[in-house]
Amino acid sequence: MGHIPNINMPATMPGAKPGAPSPAAAAPKVNLIGLEKNEYRGNESTLCNGCGHDSISARIIDATYELGIRPEQTIKLSGIGCSSKSPAYWLNRSHGFNSLHGRMPSVATGALMANHLLNAIGVSGDGDTGSIGIGQFKHILRKNVRMVYIVENNGVYGLTKGQFSATTDKGQELKYAGHNDFMPIDLCLEAIASGCGFVARGFAGNAKQVTALIKAALNHNGTALLDIISPCVTFNNKDDSTKSYAWGREHDERVNDINFVAPYDEVQIEDFPAGVEKEVELHNGAKIVLAKTDHSHDPTDMFAAMRLLAEAREKQQFITGLIYVNPSAPNLSEVLNLGDVPLARLPAEKLRPSAESLAKLMAGMV
Amino acid sequence: MSETAQTASATIVNDFSIMAATKNGSGSQTANLTILRTLFKMGIPVNGKNVFPSNIQGQPTWYWIRASKDGYLARTDEADIVISLNPDSAIYDYASVKSGGAFIYAEDLKMSLDRKDVSHYPIPTRKIANALETDVRLRSYGANMVYVGGLAWLLGIDLKVIESSLMFHFNGKAKPVQSNMKLVTEAYNWAAANWKKTDPYRVEPMDKTAGQIMIDGNTASALGAVYGGVSFIGWYPITPATGVADGLGEFLPKLRTDPETGKPTYAIVQAEDELAALGMVIGAGWMGARAMTSTSGPGISLMAEFTGYAYFAEIPAVIVDVTRMGPSTGLPTRVSQGDVMKAYFLGHGDVKNICLLPGNVGECFEHGWKAFDIAEHIQTPVFVLSDLDLGMNNHMSQPFAYPDKPMDRGKVLSADDLTRLKGFARYRDVDGDAIGWRTLPGTDHPLAAYFTRGTGHNERAAYSEKSADWQGNLDRLARKHETARTLLDEVAGPVIEQVDGAEIAIISYGSNDFGVQEARARLAKEGHKISYLRVRALPLSNSIKDFVAKHKRVYVVEMNQDAQMRALLQLHMPDQATKLIAANVCDGLPLTAKWISGKILEEEKKA
Repeated sequence: MGHIPNINMPATMPGAKPGAPSPAAAAPKVNLIGLEKNEYRGNESTLCNGCGHDSISARIIDATYELGIRPEQTIKLSGIGCSSKSPAYWLNRSHGFNSLHGRMPSVATGALMANHLLNAIGVSGDGDTGSIGIGQFKHILRKNVRMVYIVENNGVYGLTKGQFSATTDKGQELKYAGHNDFMPIDLCLEAIASGCGFVARGFAGNAKQVTALIKAALNHNGTALLDIISPCVTFNNKDDSTKSYAWGREHDERVNDINFVAPYDEVQIEDFPAGVEKEVELHNGAKIVLAKTDHSHDPTDMFAAMRLLAEAREKQQFITGLIYVNPSAPNLSEVLNLGDVPLARLPAEKLRPSAESLAKLMAGMV
Repeated sequence: MSETAQTASATIVNDFSIMAATKNGSGSQTANLTILRTLFKMGIPVNGKNVFPSNIQGQPTWYWIRASKDGYLARTDEADIVISLNPDSAIYDYASVKSGGAFIYAEDLKMSLDRKDVSHYPIPTRKIANALETDVRLRSYGANMVYVGGLAWLLGIDLKVIESSLMFHFNGKAKPVQSNMKLVTEAYNWAAANWKKTDPYRVEPMDKTAGQIMIDGNTASALGAVYGGVSFIGWYPITPATGVADGLGEFLPKLRTDPETGKPTYAIVQAEDELAALGMVIGAGWMGARAMTSTSGPGISLMAEFTGYAYFAEIPAVIVDVTRMGPSTGLPTRVSQGDVMKAYFLGHGDVKNICLLPGNVGECFEHGWKAFDIAEHIQTPVFVLSDLDLGMNNHMSQPFAYPDKPMDRGKVLSADDLTRLKGFARYRDVDGDAIGWRTLPGTDHPLAAYFTRGTGHNERAAYSEKSADWQGNLDRLARKHETARTLLDEVAGPVIEQVDGAEIAIISYGSNDFGVQEARARLAKEGHKISYLRVRALPLSNSIKDFVAKHKRVYVVEMNQDAQMRALLQLHMPDQATKLIAANVCDGLPLTAKWISGKILEEEKKA
């Protein structure tokens, strides 16, 4: 088990936290660490009614609440765009960083090397990640910084009112932008090619799936990419758009059904009537149990994952689920051999070498 | 040694410039540094300057060594002794020899050598190197060491000092020292047997470098950061700043590995570009680490948006800009001070960044650690504008002084503070200095969090498009700039030499100091009284206004085309703007005393 407490183990369950309310009958419902769900919420959303991003925000609240994530030990980051506004709508007790367009990964890299013990949830969009930020996207995956990287993918620029993005389907027509001539960039394919060890696609309309993906991603010991198709009700929700609610509901082909199992959860095989396709153990003892669907896919097989994605892109299939997972690659803070005290918390005496050391150095330069 | 009586009368001791012309990538650096170190060890004030191409191998490169018994270490225009080992540049090199000077050259050089005012010293570099160096790959290196032997004879250098310089250069490794000494000795003996000294230049031991160190500014900047407690470095390779990251990579493992845990107390991440490098630094600074990057002009351009963000979101960051020649890719291996205005105003909208302006390697170290105190105190990006001449060349210095103040971590609230205060407003001016209190992510208190953004925000860091919030924030940032101005007066105030009765003055900054000091001495000999103020930080000190007020004409000496510092000074004191006269040049080379004094005399004629 890694030294990073991603989630709270039974030792920190109700009662263990000083000051946590005891779960008396009349008391409000609380999670493992004694917090109410309200304490995971944020400001009221200013996005359009029905925006897929708001569903994802709700799932982030569900997942962090259910896992018992400590909000103060979590940071939330974003770039620029509709999606990137959303960290204001959840986890008000977490420090937030709304950065520059396409540049969230670099800020996250620096922040998480300065304090590698924190949890991090980054939110970006298809423009933010697929166009202006594709370089930083690929490089954070290559470095494997421990964080959840959510792309709220709606195939359109919303905040600037309806331009094509890098994930818009070829041949798509939009009222403002006209006809799109270019093939979409598949962010999951790009992620696998860049060495990402946790690649999943979800549909904002499938609450159960998105919650389970976020929970598993929060327990991954590296960058976990969640490419979540998240319809834009204002600019890209016509029924024939592959990023629309209607398309998602009709065409969502789940390559597996993901279930996140915390180390203290007891799960029986009977809980999966269709059978278990695969179990993947994460670095901290948590498990991902993939229940069978009509598809057969081994997400630990990188080449199978790339083929699956390439074929789906060719056939314009809407596949979702855990596409690729490799829980064993070291993350950047491990590669850098960082210690138990975060760099940002080191006291002055650890940071400034002694006067004697300088005198010795100077003597060697005379 | 066969010296003639004729030269004895005209001997010039410990006061000359050597220009060694070689091909880059030929291994000439060992030879050049050996001469430099030898003169330094003999107690003679000395400086080395590498004038090199943006290329890996085969292009002309020149190494200048200035020895000056009086301690003047600026660049000179004229070479007293030229060493010509590169046929490609030989015509230029031959023409560069000062009248009365010496020309040492490879004997197989095929060109007309008909100057009557120059002493000629041919030497069979290839023959000597090939005879002694059995490893073919090392022969071109060997040819460079041959010139060291010849020069040693010509100047009267004790070979023992050369040997100890080689020991220093090779970290005491006996084998390379021995093989190089064989070449040097052979060449020395050959020169003694075949040359007749007809030039006036000689060396004699003196005691003017005792206790001093020799170091390049990039290493000094890196060391300053190490003693400033840097714990995160995000960087991207670029000439001439790469040496800063190299220095950090060399010294951090030695000095900042926690003896208790064996773990590093730092992290170095090579980013995918300069934009990401500064993004990482800002993320780390937001988190509470002392974070820096090092770069040069093109990198600064890429960092513009993030710098403006950090200025507005008020996040500490340190950016060491080792300036080179722009615009565009410019001359990557030549010096300029062309980033002054850009660094000060970097970002869109109304941005004014703190800039430190080290004038020597000692200040590269000092500003290296002070930059972190300033950045965290003011909660803003701080630029350190070093330059290629300071950064990449070897300079003498007093040993660096250990920081005389404990670290200033700025205003940070702990969980206990939050319990006591029952909350906080990130951007509220509660102390009257316009600096708000911040919390660090991970602070275990339900009221610790705030939302950092580059968009409009109110005192509580909440999104706001209200005019009053926006204007109030900008007004506070302007007041914070005044807080910075006051702080900088204390920690990096101008260096002022007020001369009684002087009507004219020089204002300059950075590595121009070497040339300005020598120019003032020259002009003083001719009866010109000139005061001097060296700027060490932006925003400009108010004391500069008083200094200018005391003079009739003030020459602003700098290395850029648009007289950028003069423009900043004119903005700073519009009522005295016409007193400020531009004395600027932008030719890629460090300023010489000759140019500065000539420029001032020329302008004075117009006055």
